[in-house]
Amino acid sequence: MPQINQLLLVYQSQWFWLFLVLAVIYVGIGKGMLPKIEKTVDDRDAKIAGDLAAAEKARAAALEIEERAKAAQIEARTAAQAVAAEAKAKAAKDAENRLAKADAEIAAKVGEAEVSLAKARAKALDGLEAVAVDAAQDIVAKVSGAKVTPAQAAKAVKAVLGNA
Amino acid sequence: MSAAAEVKIDPMHQFQIESLGGSVLDGTPFHFTNSALWMLIVLGSILFFMWGGMKRDLVPGRWQAAVESVTGFISGMALTNIGPEGRKYTPWIFTVFIFILFSNLMGMMPFGIVDAAHPFTVTSQFTVTAVLAVISFSIVLIVGFWKHGFHFFSLFVPHGTPGPLLPLIVPIELISFMVRPFSLALRLFVAMIAGHILVDVFGYFIVNGINSGTAMGYGISLISFIFIAGVNALELLVCAIQAYVFALLTSLYINDAVHLH
Repeated sequence: MPQINQLLLVYQSQWFWLFLVLAVIYVGIGKGMLPKIEKTVDDRDAKIAGDLAAAEKARAAALEIEERAKAAQIEARTAAQAVAAEAKAKAAKDAENRLAKADAEIAAKVGEAEVSLAKARAKALDGLEAVAVDAAQDIVAKVSGAKVTPAQAAKAVKAVLGNA
Repeated sequence: MSAAAEVKIDPMHQFQIESLGGSVLDGTPFHFTNSALWMLIVLGSILFFMWGGMKRDLVPGRWQAAVESVTGFISGMALTNIGPEGRKYTPWIFTVFIFILFSNLMGMMPFGIVDAAHPFTVTSQFTVTAVLAVISFSIVLIVGFWKHGFHFFSLFVPHGTPGPLLPLIVPIELISFMVRPFSLALRLFVAMIAGHILVDVFGYFIVNGINSGTAMGYGISLISFIFIAGVNALELLVCAIQAYVFALLTSLYINDAVHLH
């Protein structure tokens, strides 16, 4: 095995060159380049985390604004509903009032008309009595030749009319 | 076919360290060898790979994303295993991980098609894996004694151990602790050397089967080829797993030193 046979011949040069190479790697790469590369990675991770946090914040803000807009919408709708309900109630009340007024007017007119109708009827009935008395006198005179006084005729007519 | 065309099987040759530049190996520290060359190639490819991750764009491209996933993997490992203090140890864990990963993968590259460019697997040398393991173990010892002083020895006394069992438990815990650098170094070294020997031996089977010119030889070549394709895929997986295991165990051991169970 050359590793053992040559050991005494090569170990010094092996170690010299190995220490040289390891020193260059340790100092140049391990202490020099590695921290810079790690810092690049860390910076990138930090930036990504920061961007994500900012995006999350923006999302939260957008959500809040949306929430507020929704609340405002609901508020506006409630207000509008209240106004509509009020207007409806007012209109209903108005209509009721007008209806009541019109009812009253109509009732008054109907009452008036009834009164005048009753008057006219009474008047007509009076007229009818008078005519009937006259007619009864004439009929009695023509049929029997007897003279009937208006008072008697009126009495008879009243009796008949009362039965009728 | 004549015996001259027969290929001699020497699967250990690929682990041979050779001097580059004409001189012979003489045991001096600054000697430039094929092992040193491949360490530098590994270093260069790591630097090239990491350079692509330094654009530092907010939206990463493919290359930057690949680099960031590797660094994120190791910092995540340090963070989950050690906790917030783990950031201090990330550079070393990352050094270990990226060096082992690139050494392992570089050793599996098919550059051997050109004979002179045959890749040398740095992590198949225990002179290398032992250094990595000893440094990791030293960090554990230094951090442990630095933070907790002699209280660090309570690591060898698990919570709730009954008194009579202590003479038995403490030596076991101590041995399992002292064995850590050896297991770290040997696990990686053995995994690499075994895989490369397997690939090498079956590669020779393919060549020798074709050279034999017989129907059975061709059959053996075909079977070996199919087998070796699967082993290569498995080896690539082992390359990554060994780097991961080394880094994971290093972070777990450092966690022991930082938090004492």
